[in-house]
Amino acid sequence: MRTDQYQGHDYYEMDELLTDEHKLIRDAARAWIKKDVSPIIEDYYERSEFPSQVIPGLAEIGAFGPYIPTEYGGAGMDQIAYGLIMQELERCDSGLRSTASVQSSLVMYPIWKYGTEEQKQKFLPKLASGEYIGCFGLTEPDHGSNPGGMITNFKDQGDHYLLNGAKLWISNSPFAQVAVVWAKNEDGRINGLLVERGMEGFTTPEMKGKWSLRASATGELVFDNVKVPKENLLPGRSGLGAPLSCLDSARYGIAWGAIGAALDCYDSALRYSKERNQFGKPIAGFQLQQKKLAEMITEITKAQLLTLRLGQLRNEGRATSAQISMAKRNNVEMALKVAREARQIHGGMGVTNEYPIMRHMMNLESVVTYEGTHDIHLLITGLDITGENAFV
Amino acid sequence: MKILVGISKAPDTTTKISFTDNNTKFNEDKVQFIVNPYDEWYALVRGLELKEKNGGTVTTITVGGTDHDPIIRKALAIGADDAVRINTEAADGYMVARQIADYAKDNGYDLILLGKETIDYNGSMVGGMTAELLDMPYVSVASKLEIEGRTAILERDVQGGIEVVEADLPLVVSCAKGMAEQRIPNMRGIMAARTKPLNVIEPSDAKGLTRVVEYNLPVEKGEVKIVDAENMDELVSLLHNEAKVI
Repeated sequence: MRTDQYQGHDYYEMDELLTDEHKLIRDAARAWIKKDVSPIIEDYYERSEFPSQVIPGLAEIGAFGPYIPTEYGGAGMDQIAYGLIMQELERCDSGLRSTASVQSSLVMYPIWKYGTEEQKQKFLPKLASGEYIGCFGLTEPDHGSNPGGMITNFKDQGDHYLLNGAKLWISNSPFAQVAVVWAKNEDGRINGLLVERGMEGFTTPEMKGKWSLRASATGELVFDNVKVPKENLLPGRSGLGAPLSCLDSARYGIAWGAIGAALDCYDSALRYSKERNQFGKPIAGFQLQQKKLAEMITEITKAQLLTLRLGQLRNEGRATSAQISMAKRNNVEMALKVAREARQIHGGMGVTNEYPIMRHMMNLESVVTYEGTHDIHLLITGLDITGENAFV
Repeated sequence: MKILVGISKAPDTTTKISFTDNNTKFNEDKVQFIVNPYDEWYALVRGLELKEKNGGTVTTITVGGTDHDPIIRKALAIGADDAVRINTEAADGYMVARQIADYAKDNGYDLILLGKETIDYNGSMVGGMTAELLDMPYVSVASKLEIEGRTAILERDVQGGIEVVEADLPLVVSCAKGMAEQRIPNMRGIMAARTKPLNVIEPSDAKGLTRVVEYNLPVEKGEVKIVDAENMDELVSLLHNEAKVI
């Protein structure tokens, strides 16, 4: 891969709406990525391996729970700071962002929101520092878009819970020290359990053969009569709303992340179009290439403004799940379209690993599917505006 | 050890340069400013390394208005203990050196570290003049700095080799590539920078001694003519008749 020459693009001068601290956080994340991650990401992607050596650096830039209060090892930053970090990570690679999204929104967030004081003290500082990596178990082999149908369950055995079942498509699972697992109790009510590596009957086989998110580890969580201590139940909330609130946080981060992937594709395409000469002039001077580039920056700019506003609403605690769905759906599709157009501008070079385009494009095929598929998010918007449930 | 580090802002290296006010002022519109790399990567980071090794404090000093606060916060996020901003627009190298010297003279600094130049105006004057105004020794364009007791041992890259220099503290040094490695601010540092003191001080009466008459952009590069390697006559003719160099 070539030297990372990325520059941000800010067509509507959105930076003026950010604080100096936001910009410092974003620029520090970008500088760290250029120094430590960009030079290795293509290699790890091709080998289908998570570069675990980047974990301390992720913690240093605040990628693990930046909005978690400082008393639990977080940085106490706002939602926009979190979003900007996710944008910079996915600008490099969606798998890198996925690892940080899961840690922040799907592991630290539920422990912070629904955990006991002891659970927060035990897990959050270690998750913030990267000493622990966590994962989140909701999806099952037969229950993806319909998580409420899950069959993973636990029974009260007096001094412990007995957990049985399996989860699939779990980011970070192969090396996670702790899993936030959503399972039904004997009354069919969904609860969160903290399952720790080393508990008897708990295994995390890695899934192979992905053509997407190859620099991020994905696996299963298998529970075969796992005895979970009672103090590992998240007591603060039960029901499907509990995991869905975590997904709100993660989807919000994905909305920012997708902008990052789109910006990288656009940035590369813009530079390539000025350098590549055909018929005696740079291809940037041809109308068909300009149409692609102009439409890309238009769509990126719209997504940037939509997402910044969503961040403001989240800071005020007013963002609805449906608003988050709209941003996640819009931005990921936008990024996929930008990636495909950018690939065309790069011509044949666009299919090689000299440029990041195909890697982003393949990654985004996962991003458009996980954390609520493209279609499901449309139905969430549909339900929100009509009041009619079209899921079933 | 008390260390003072000069921090100035400079346009990002990708900036498109233009001028205003009849070509007498740099057009700052839409320009992204960064910490001058020689100040940040070499002077500040070496100062922090020396503090970490020997104890003491690192204070940054900047001559400029409130528009400099973001770059000062970055220096604090990287690890400086506190910052001083002399609240006036920099006029020229002499004026900046006088402002720094007027502040530093009563504050007992052992070491004043500056970048070898800013990457915009490339004046390279402030270090030498600050040292003179404070009656301190000065080592310019140093690529290595160690402190042993009250003695500084420095290296300078010279033609074909390295010059090793010794000087007693207090001392002014202008820092060049090689002195330290860039440090990226981490989240802890960014959080800590929120509460570190940024002391705004009104300027002394020092004024600039020079005035900019005009800025001009470099002449645009002309088109390249490619001459076939076999066609020496055409090459000689072009060099003689068009380029008029032979």
